[in-house]
Amino acid sequence: MAELKLPELAEGVNEAVVSFWHFKEGDSVKEGDEIVEMATDKAAFNVPSKASGTLKKIMVNEGDTVKVGQSLAIIE
Amino acid sequence: MKVIDLGITDYLEAYEIQMGLVKEVSAGISEDTLLITEHRPVITIGRKGSWDSILRSKEELFSRGIDVFNIDRGGDVTYHSPGQIVSYPIFRLIDEARDIHNFLDFLEAVGKSFLMQYGIISEDRPGDRGLWVEGKKIGSIGIGVKKWVTYHGIAINIDPDMAPFSFIKPCGMESVKVTSLRDVLCREIDLEDAKSKLELSFKKVSLLASAVSSN
Repeated sequence: MAELKLPELAEGVNEAVVSFWHFKEGDSVKEGDEIVEMATDKAAFNVPSKASGTLKKIMVNEGDTVKVGQSLAIIE
Repeated sequence: MKVIDLGITDYLEAYEIQMGLVKEVSAGISEDTLLITEHRPVITIGRKGSWDSILRSKEELFSRGIDVFNIDRGGDVTYHSPGQIVSYPIFRLIDEARDIHNFLDFLEAVGKSFLMQYGIISEDRPGDRGLWVEGKKIGSIGIGVKKWVTYHGIAINIDPDMAPFSFIKPCGMESVKVTSLRDVLCREIDLEDAKSKLELSFKKVSLLASAVSSN
Protein backbone atom coordinates (compact mmCIF):
# COMPACT_ATOMS: atom_id res chain seq x y z
CA MET A 1 0.00 0.00 0.00
CA ALA A 2 1.29 3.45 -0.89
CA GLU A 3 0.02 6.77 0.32
CA LEU A 4 -0.05 9.61 -2.21
CA LYS A 5 0.89 12.74 -0.28
CA LEU A 6 1.07 16.41 -1.18
CA PRO A 7 4.80 17.09 -1.72
CA GLU A 8 6.58 20.33 -0.88
CA LEU A 9 5.87 22.69 -3.76
CA ALA A 10 7.75 25.78 -2.65
CA GLU A 11 9.43 27.25 0.37
CA GLY A 12 6.85 28.88 2.59
CA VAL A 13 3.91 27.21 0.83
CA ASN A 14 2.09 25.00 3.31
CA GLU A 15 -1.07 24.14 1.41
CA ALA A 16 -2.70 23.84 -2.01
CA VAL A 17 -6.21 23.32 -3.38
CA VAL A 18 -7.30 20.13 -5.14
CA SER A 19 -8.31 21.17 -8.65
CA PHE A 20 -8.75 17.99 -10.63
CA TRP A 21 -8.48 14.23 -10.20
CA HIS A 22 -7.11 12.59 -13.35
CA PHE A 23 -8.27 9.15 -12.11
CA LYS A 24 -11.17 7.78 -10.10
CA GLU A 25 -11.30 5.14 -7.39
CA GLY A 26 -10.81 1.65 -8.82
CA ASP A 27 -8.64 2.84 -11.75
CA SER A 28 -5.30 1.20 -12.43
CA VAL A 29 -2.38 3.60 -12.16
CA LYS A 30 1.28 3.30 -12.98
CA GLU A 31 4.31 4.76 -11.24
CA GLY A 32 4.84 8.24 -12.68
CA ASP A 33 1.21 8.78 -13.74
CA GLU A 34 -0.14 12.22 -12.90
CA ILE A 35 -2.86 11.40 -10.36
CA VAL A 36 -4.19 14.73 -9.19
CA GLU A 37 -3.71 18.38 -10.08
CA MET A 38 -3.24 20.83 -7.21
CA ALA A 39 -3.37 24.63 -7.43
CA THR A 40 -1.60 27.39 -5.56
CA ASP A 41 -2.02 31.06 -6.45
CA LYS A 42 -0.45 31.10 -9.92
CA ALA A 43 0.58 27.50 -10.43
CA ALA A 44 -1.10 24.21 -11.23
CA PHE A 45 0.96 21.28 -10.02
CA ASN A 46 0.40 17.62 -10.93
CA VAL A 47 1.24 15.05 -8.28
CA PRO A 48 2.68 11.84 -9.76
CA SER A 49 2.23 8.38 -8.30
CA LYS A 50 5.27 6.73 -6.74
CA ALA A 51 3.70 3.30 -7.07
CA SER A 52 1.80 1.13 -9.55
CA GLY A 53 -1.49 -0.48 -8.56
CA THR A 54 -5.13 0.39 -8.03
CA LEU A 55 -6.32 3.78 -6.85
CA LYS A 56 -8.05 2.37 -3.78
CA LYS A 57 -9.29 5.46 -2.02
CA ILE A 58 -9.44 9.18 -2.76
CA MET A 59 -9.14 11.03 0.56
CA VAL A 60 -9.79 14.64 -0.53
CA ASN A 61 -12.27 16.23 -2.92
CA GLU A 62 -11.87 18.81 -5.66
CA GLY A 63 -11.96 22.24 -3.99
CA ASP A 64 -10.50 20.99 -0.70
CA THR A 65 -7.47 22.72 0.80
CA VAL A 66 -4.73 20.26 1.66
CA LYS A 67 -1.61 20.66 3.79
CA VAL A 68 1.87 19.64 2.61
CA GLY A 69 2.43 16.02 3.67
CA GLN A 70 -1.28 15.28 3.94
CA SER A 71 -2.61 12.09 2.33
CA LEU A 72 -4.41 12.57 -0.97
CA ALA A 73 -5.09 8.96 -1.89
CA ILE A 74 -4.24 5.34 -1.21
CA ILE A 75 -2.76 3.18 -3.97
CA GLU A 76 -2.42 -0.59 -3.51
CA MET B 1 17.97 26.27 -24.03
CA LYS B 2 16.32 25.92 -27.42
CA VAL B 3 13.98 28.67 -28.65
CA ILE B 4 11.14 28.05 -31.09
CA ASP B 5 9.04 30.89 -32.49
CA LEU B 6 5.69 29.37 -33.44
CA GLY B 7 4.39 32.58 -35.02
CA ILE B 8 0.64 33.15 -34.69
CA THR B 9 -1.18 30.10 -33.31
CA ASP B 10 -4.58 28.94 -32.17
CA TYR B 11 -4.53 28.43 -28.42
CA LEU B 12 -5.14 24.67 -28.52
CA GLU B 13 -2.60 24.13 -31.29
CA ALA B 14 0.11 25.69 -29.12
CA TYR B 15 -1.18 23.80 -26.07
CA GLU B 16 -0.72 20.47 -27.88
CA ILE B 17 2.84 21.48 -28.79
CA GLN B 18 3.49 22.35 -25.15
CA MET B 19 2.18 18.99 -23.96
CA GLY B 20 4.30 17.10 -26.49
CA LEU B 21 7.38 18.99 -25.37
CA VAL B 22 6.60 18.48 -21.67
CA LYS B 23 6.71 14.71 -22.32
CA GLU B 24 9.94 14.94 -24.30
CA VAL B 25 11.69 17.23 -21.81
CA SER B 26 10.64 15.12 -18.82
CA ALA B 27 11.88 11.98 -20.64
CA GLY B 28 15.19 13.70 -21.39
CA ILE B 29 14.62 13.47 -25.16
CA SER B 30 14.46 17.25 -25.64
CA GLU B 31 16.42 20.00 -23.97
CA ASP B 32 14.70 22.87 -22.15
CA THR B 33 12.70 24.75 -24.77
CA LEU B 34 11.25 28.22 -24.87
CA LEU B 35 8.19 28.51 -27.10
CA ILE B 36 7.28 31.98 -28.28
CA THR B 37 3.95 32.70 -29.93
CA GLU B 38 1.07 35.10 -30.42
CA HIS B 39 -2.40 33.62 -30.05
CA ARG B 40 -5.45 34.30 -32.16
CA PRO B 41 -8.00 36.03 -29.88
CA VAL B 42 -8.82 33.82 -26.92
CA ILE B 43 -9.85 34.09 -23.27
CA THR B 44 -8.46 31.44 -20.95
CA ILE B 45 -9.75 30.59 -17.51
CA GLY B 46 -7.09 29.29 -15.11
CA ARG B 47 -7.73 27.02 -12.14
CA LYS B 48 -8.52 29.90 -9.80
CA GLY B 49 -11.00 31.53 -12.18
CA SER B 50 -14.51 31.01 -13.49
CA TRP B 51 -17.00 32.53 -15.91
CA ASP B 52 -17.71 35.08 -13.14
CA SER B 53 -14.57 36.91 -14.32
CA ILE B 54 -15.93 37.19 -17.88
CA LEU B 55 -18.29 40.09 -18.45
CA ARG B 56 -19.73 39.09 -21.84
CA SER B 57 -21.81 36.12 -22.96
CA LYS B 58 -20.24 33.17 -24.69
CA GLU B 59 -22.33 33.98 -27.78
CA GLU B 60 -21.11 37.57 -27.97
CA LEU B 61 -17.49 36.51 -27.57
CA PHE B 62 -17.82 33.84 -30.24
CA SER B 63 -19.47 36.32 -32.61
CA ARG B 64 -16.38 38.52 -32.13
CA GLY B 65 -14.14 35.56 -32.93
CA ILE B 66 -12.93 35.10 -29.35
CA ASP B 67 -12.66 31.50 -28.10
CA VAL B 68 -12.91 30.67 -24.40
CA PHE B 69 -11.16 27.73 -22.75
CA ASN B 70 -10.81 26.38 -19.22
CA ILE B 71 -7.17 25.40 -18.88
CA ASP B 72 -4.77 23.74 -16.48
CA ARG B 73 -2.68 26.70 -15.38
CA GLY B 74 -2.59 28.55 -12.12
CA GLY B 75 -4.32 31.92 -11.87
CA ASP B 76 -7.60 33.41 -13.04
CA VAL B 77 -8.85 34.77 -16.38
CA THR B 78 -6.69 36.33 -19.08
CA TYR B 79 -6.94 37.43 -22.70
CA HIS B 80 -4.51 36.72 -25.53
CA SER B 81 -4.40 38.11 -29.05
CA PRO B 82 -1.90 38.95 -31.77
CA GLY B 83 0.39 41.77 -30.64
CA GLN B 84 0.88 40.10 -27.27
CA ILE B 85 3.98 37.94 -26.92
CA VAL B 86 3.30 34.73 -25.08
CA SER B 87 6.27 32.69 -23.93
CA TYR B 88 6.02 29.14 -22.71
CA PRO B 89 9.18 27.92 -20.98
CA ILE B 90 9.16 24.11 -21.03
CA PHE B 91 11.93 23.76 -18.47
CA ARG B 92 12.89 20.83 -16.29
CA LEU B 93 13.39 21.91 -12.69
CA ILE B 94 16.00 19.91 -10.84
CA ASP B 95 17.31 19.75 -7.28
CA GLU B 96 16.93 23.06 -5.45
CA ALA B 97 15.15 24.59 -8.44
CA ARG B 98 12.10 22.47 -7.53
CA ASP B 99 10.25 25.38 -6.00
CA ILE B 100 7.28 26.63 -7.97
CA HIS B 101 7.29 30.07 -6.39
CA ASN B 102 10.96 30.51 -7.20
CA PHE B 103 10.07 29.71 -10.78
CA LEU B 104 7.32 32.34 -10.76
CA ASP B 105 9.91 34.79 -9.37
CA PHE B 106 12.21 33.78 -12.23
CA LEU B 107 9.50 34.56 -14.80
CA GLU B 108 8.87 37.94 -13.22
CA ALA B 109 12.61 38.65 -13.30
CA VAL B 110 12.64 37.80 -17.01
CA GLY B 111 9.72 40.16 -17.62
CA LYS B 112 11.39 42.95 -15.64
CA SER B 113 14.64 42.45 -17.55
CA PHE B 114 12.70 42.62 -20.83
CA LEU B 115 11.03 45.90 -19.85
CA MET B 116 14.38 47.30 -18.69
CA GLN B 117 15.66 46.88 -22.25
CA TYR B 118 13.09 49.54 -23.17
CA GLY B 119 14.10 51.70 -20.22
CA ILE B 120 10.97 50.79 -18.27
CA ILE B 121 11.22 50.02 -14.58
CA SER B 122 8.27 47.86 -13.53
CA GLU B 123 6.73 47.95 -10.10
CA ASP B 124 6.69 45.22 -7.49
CA ARG B 125 3.25 44.48 -6.16
CA PRO B 126 3.67 41.92 -3.38
CA GLY B 127 0.82 39.47 -3.53
CA ASP B 128 -0.08 40.39 -7.12
CA ARG B 129 1.99 38.36 -9.51
CA GLY B 130 2.65 39.74 -12.98
CA LEU B 131 4.28 42.79 -14.51
CA TRP B 132 3.02 46.22 -13.51
CA VAL B 133 3.90 49.60 -15.01
CA GLU B 134 2.44 52.91 -13.83
CA GLY B 135 -0.11 51.00 -11.78
CA LYS B 136 -1.35 49.02 -14.76
CA LYS B 137 -0.82 45.42 -15.70
CA ILE B 138 1.37 44.85 -18.76
CA GLY B 139 2.18 41.17 -18.27
CA SER B 140 0.48 38.11 -16.80
CA ILE B 141 2.02 35.02 -15.30
CA GLY B 142 0.63 31.55 -14.69
CA ILE B 143 2.24 28.13 -14.87
CA GLY B 144 1.56 24.43 -14.86
CA VAL B 145 3.98 21.73 -13.69
CA LYS B 146 4.11 18.05 -14.65
CA LYS B 147 6.93 15.83 -13.35
CA TRP B 148 8.73 19.04 -12.39
CA VAL B 149 8.63 20.24 -16.01
CA THR B 150 7.02 23.67 -16.39
CA TYR B 151 4.51 24.81 -19.00
CA HIS B 152 2.30 27.85 -19.60
CA GLY B 153 4.27 30.97 -18.67
CA ILE B 154 4.23 34.71 -19.23
CA ALA B 155 2.26 36.93 -21.64
CA ILE B 156 3.35 40.52 -22.28
CA ASN B 157 1.23 43.11 -24.09
CA ILE B 158 3.30 44.69 -26.83
CA ASP B 159 0.64 46.18 -29.07
CA PRO B 160 -2.50 44.03 -29.05
CA ASP B 161 -6.09 45.16 -29.56
CA MET B 162 -6.71 46.24 -25.95
CA ALA B 163 -10.51 46.59 -26.18
CA PRO B 164 -11.32 42.94 -25.32
CA PHE B 165 -9.56 43.31 -21.96
CA SER B 166 -12.70 45.20 -20.95
CA PHE B 167 -14.65 41.96 -21.51
CA ILE B 168 -12.92 40.33 -18.53
CA LYS B 169 -11.79 41.03 -14.98
CA PRO B 170 -8.08 40.39 -15.56
CA CYS B 171 -6.78 37.97 -12.92
CA GLY B 172 -10.26 38.04 -11.43
CA MET B 173 -9.63 41.54 -10.05
CA GLU B 174 -12.34 44.14 -10.50
CA SER B 175 -10.21 47.26 -10.61
CA VAL B 176 -7.24 46.15 -12.70
CA LYS B 177 -6.26 48.40 -15.58
CA VAL B 178 -4.17 46.93 -18.36
CA THR B 179 -1.61 48.55 -20.60
CA SER B 180 0.78 47.69 -23.43
CA LEU B 181 4.35 48.54 -24.32
CA ARG B 182 3.01 50.74 -27.11
CA ASP B 183 0.82 52.69 -24.67
CA VAL B 184 3.66 53.13 -22.18
CA LEU B 185 6.23 54.26 -24.76
CA CYS B 186 3.76 56.09 -27.04
CA ARG B 187 5.37 54.70 -30.15
CA GLU B 188 5.19 51.72 -32.48
CA ILE B 189 7.07 48.65 -31.34
CA ASP B 190 8.81 46.22 -33.66
CA LEU B 191 7.37 42.87 -32.63
CA GLU B 192 10.24 40.76 -33.98
CA ASP B 193 12.73 42.94 -32.12
CA ALA B 194 10.62 42.54 -28.97
CA LYS B 195 10.75 38.75 -29.36
CA SER B 196 14.55 38.90 -29.64
CA LYS B 197 14.72 41.07 -26.53
CA LEU B 198 12.53 38.65 -24.60
CA GLU B 199 14.69 35.72 -25.68
CA LEU B 200 17.76 37.63 -24.53
CA SER B 201 16.17 38.29 -21.13
CA PHE B 202 15.32 34.60 -20.70
CA LYS B 203 18.95 33.74 -21.46
CA LYS B 204 20.41 36.45 -19.22
CA VAL B 205 18.24 35.66 -16.21
CA SER B 206 18.70 31.88 -16.67
CA LEU B 207 22.45 32.31 -16.78
CA LEU B 208 22.39 34.45 -13.67
CA ALA B 209 20.18 31.93 -11.85
CA SER B 210 22.45 29.00 -12.75
CA ALA B 211 25.58 30.98 -11.85
CA VAL B 212 24.11 31.74 -8.43
CA SER B 213 22.93 28.18 -7.75
CA SER B 214 26.26 26.63 -8.73
CA ASN B 215 28.20 28.81 -6.28
